Amino acid sequence: MRLLDSLHFRMATLFRRSRVNAEMEEELHSHIEHRADDLERSGLSRIEAERKARVEFGGYQRVKEECHEATGGTLFQSFWQDLRYSLRVLRKSPGFAIAAVLTLALAIGANAVVFGVLNALILRPLKVPQAESLWAIERGKDKAINHSYPDYLDLRDRNRSFEDLAAYNVATVGLDTGNNPSSSWIFEVTGNYFDALHIQPYLGRFFHAADERGPNSAPYIVLTHTFWHSHFRDDPGVVNRVVQVNKHPFTVLGVAPPEFRGTISFVFPDFWVPIVNQEQIEGANFLKARGNREILMVLGHLRAGVSPAQAISDLDSIGADLEKAYPKEDGHMTFSLTRPGLTGDWFGGPLQEFLTGLMLLAGLILLAACANLGSLFAARAADRSREVALRLALGASRIRILRHVFTEAVLISLMGGVVGLWGSVALLRALSVWRPVPSAPLLVPVYADTNVYLFALLLALASGFLFGAVPVRQILHTSPYEVVKSGSTGRAGRRITVRDLLLVVQIAICAVLVTSSMVALRGMVRAMHSNFGFEPRNATLVETTLSMAGYAGDSVPPMQKRMIDALQAIPGVKSVGLVDRPPLYFGANGANVFTDRTADLRPSNAAAEAMIYNISPEYFDAAGTEVLAGRMLTWHDDKNSPRVAVVNRQFASKILGSVAGAIGGYFKRGDGTRIQVVGIVEDGKYGSLSETPQPAMFLPILQSPSSSTVLVVRSNRDPQQLTEALKSAVLNLDAGLPFTILPWNTELQSALLTPRMATISLGVLGLMGAMLSITGIFGMAAYSVSRRLRELGIRVALGAQRTEVLQAALGRAFKLLAVGSAAGLILGILASRVLAYIVYQATPRDPVVLGGVVLTMMLLGLVATWIPAQRALSLDPLILLREE
Amino acid sequence: MAEQAQLLPGTLDLLILRAVSLGPLHGYGILLRIVQISGNVLMIEQGALYPGLFRLERQGLLKTNWGTSENNRRAKFYELTAAGRKRLREETDNWNRLATAIGSALSAQPEEI
Repeated sequence: MRLLDSLHFRMATLFRRSRVNAEMEEELHSHIEHRADDLERSGLSRIEAERKARVEFGGYQRVKEECHEATGGTLFQSFWQDLRYSLRVLRKSPGFAIAAVLTLALAIGANAVVFGVLNALILRPLKVPQAESLWAIERGKDKAINHSYPDYLDLRDRNRSFEDLAAYNVATVGLDTGNNPSSSWIFEVTGNYFDALHIQPYLGRFFHAADERGPNSAPYIVLTHTFWHSHFRDDPGVVNRVVQVNKHPFTVLGVAPPEFRGTISFVFPDFWVPIVNQEQIEGANFLKARGNREILMVLGHLRAGVSPAQAISDLDSIGADLEKAYPKEDGHMTFSLTRPGLTGDWFGGPLQEFLTGLMLLAGLILLAACANLGSLFAARAADRSREVALRLALGASRIRILRHVFTEAVLISLMGGVVGLWGSVALLRALSVWRPVPSAPLLVPVYADTNVYLFALLLALASGFLFGAVPVRQILHTSPYEVVKSGSTGRAGRRITVRDLLLVVQIAICAVLVTSSMVALRGMVRAMHSNFGFEPRNATLVETTLSMAGYAGDSVPPMQKRMIDALQAIPGVKSVGLVDRPPLYFGANGANVFTDRTADLRPSNAAAEAMIYNISPEYFDAAGTEVLAGRMLTWHDDKNSPRVAVVNRQFASKILGSVAGAIGGYFKRGDGTRIQVVGIVEDGKYGSLSETPQPAMFLPILQSPSSSTVLVVRSNRDPQQLTEALKSAVLNLDAGLPFTILPWNTELQSALLTPRMATISLGVLGLMGAMLSITGIFGMAAYSVSRRLRELGIRVALGAQRTEVLQAALGRAFKLLAVGSAAGLILGILASRVLAYIVYQATPRDPVVLGGVVLTMMLLGLVATWIPAQRALSLDPLILLREE
Repeated sequence: MAEQAQLLPGTLDLLILRAVSLGPLHGYGILLRIVQISGNVLMIEQGALYPGLFRLERQGLLKTNWGTSENNRRAKFYELTAAGRKRLREETDNWNRLATAIGSALSAQPEEI
């Protein structure tokens, strides 16, 4: 109550301000008049009496101010005064104001963007009801998120910790709604998916667990709101409509609510299909094999009162049973829980680390900006020491002057924050609609929310106080007497000042940023020129999945052969090869392989996990992969002939003992098939550019068929023309088959998304660091030249050479630059170890990087000191001395 | 004229309350009254009175009315509120206790210890 009262009183005083003010004036005047009356009675003239009364009264303005303070309304008033004063001061030096606001805008903007991404991907849970109790199940030490369908059924039916467990998988299908067939990304989900996630339909109904009655028993689809909007134009009549999915009739049951876009934070399906119809979707059934871990994710809500640890021990005991019951298929059946949005720790973990690292770098940028502005403020405070001294002499309190400084600092930082936030919101919006991979529904919806706004505001306030605090000591120690007496604070410039220290810190930070961005850039360039084990230049990929047009089983290989032949016939095409999914594509297929001597084929006895590629005989030729020994595969390596494979060097030396003796040797797969090695090809990159050499095997497509089809077309023809020719050739074969055509390099761009994004973000931060150090050095150099104009003028008048003048004017700036750069370089080298996780061959001990950093910092120094140097050199001592 | 004494910090409020308790007064009148009741010993810097008055008014110890003074000028008159009267009593007791204690401490003789 008291607080409210006091607040009320203050507000009332504020609004009654002018009235209170007038009343106060009247009262004080009345006092003086009364006193004058008394004095007049003692014999003075009226005029004399009034004068004396005023003198006796004391400092009228000061009393008034103290009275204002006593009434409590002063806080708002003096704040308002400070604000107007600061605005006036800033308007007087627009250059300083603009530079300061822009510097901060950049720094705060960078932080807001990074935080926005962090917020959207890491901090914000999936948009499902009770997201806090929703967990996905990871398996084994590697925290694999994928499971097999039979394992999933066991986990679902035997656990006592989850309300229900749902599972899903991502797939592409061909969708035909009557006119032109197109390919769609979908989630194949278990019947209980929507119920387990507590989602209610927006329109129509969902399918349920009861709809699952064996393979292909539930031909239903549920649309996402987005897809319903874009593809069906919000038509409510879509419910119960029959559409063709992979040439099979499916009934549209309903539409999901707009906020529910699936269970991954960055991949959004077009619609959901029951997983029991998986065979129709993917052309082959994997639901029965326990060893086939094709299910992308198993997730569910924990029961009320069950802790994650309890759930894990519950799952582990089921896992132990499964290991015993199915020793061949199930190894390492221990479990852990993770948040579902980022598809598990294998991806979410590094992403989180990278974003945290980026946040740290962005924080450094802000710190550098604060150091920058802090030294600018200190310089201004030094320049304004006369003004400060005068105000102190006239009776202003130091607190009041400090308040001015802070008001000015916070004003600048808030303006910078607003501009920065505005920019970052625009950038985040652009990022949200950006599709880094044209062929996949990858989106990063990172719209700014309240968190981001609050974050930027807090940063702005904090940095305002941070750099506002730099000149505090200076002001507290200003002695009005000294300053007014000596004319200026002509302290000798030899001592190391706070400003110097700030500049060194700032330059060091910038050098760290420049170093890390150079390391990243260099690593990326090297990665792009390293040997992939194939040649993406002059190669085009035609990608499709034959099951989308209803091909299945035996009808797949003949169609694939027809496609190869048709494309091969196009003039200018050198070779066409087929692979089920190219290397460096999203995710890689791997499988356990065993030496020929291994009898017990349980997973723990595997010799290695090898990449599997199912290829046509012409693939190596088309992909540009060098065959080192043995023979290529042929079209005669079919179902009726012995199983064969071509392997890479790594596979040969790791599983068969040696490269030389590998040809003719055998190895085994998990199901016991013996496969003979007939050829050896060079090693390549399969999963990522930074991986260590991986074993890989290439199997003939006729012996291990696959509906997913990527045709590698090698040709020197103009890409535009070639694309047209390829398109008509494919359409000629089957007009109902959705497909995409992309140059291999473009496809790689998306596969290399992570290192590319890392390089880009580091590059941007490095650039910002460079800009900040330019402004910092420029500020320092310009200031030191302007402070010492007179001294420099005298030097010139006494016949100093140009180099000597420069030495005097800028020597200090360069010395600080050198110290800062050296410190930053060393720190940067240490920090770059962290980069090695993301960036290919990120080694800072690279002469190019070291030289590049030194050169960059020198260039920055040159650019930043150019104008001050010109000013120092063009000094005319006559004019200068006359002015004094 | 008696020798003048410096005001102890914090005693101005007490003096104002005491001066006003003898009847409504305007600012200048309060000043004169303090000089008068202190036997011309306590002198107050004229301007310093007003922040104190405003503070006491804000604390609800004084209430004000505009009126006409004995010099026929408009002036703001101060009066004690109930809270002000209570505060005056408390502060007076405090002061008396303190003054007695300090007085006896200062006049203590060696044989009394």
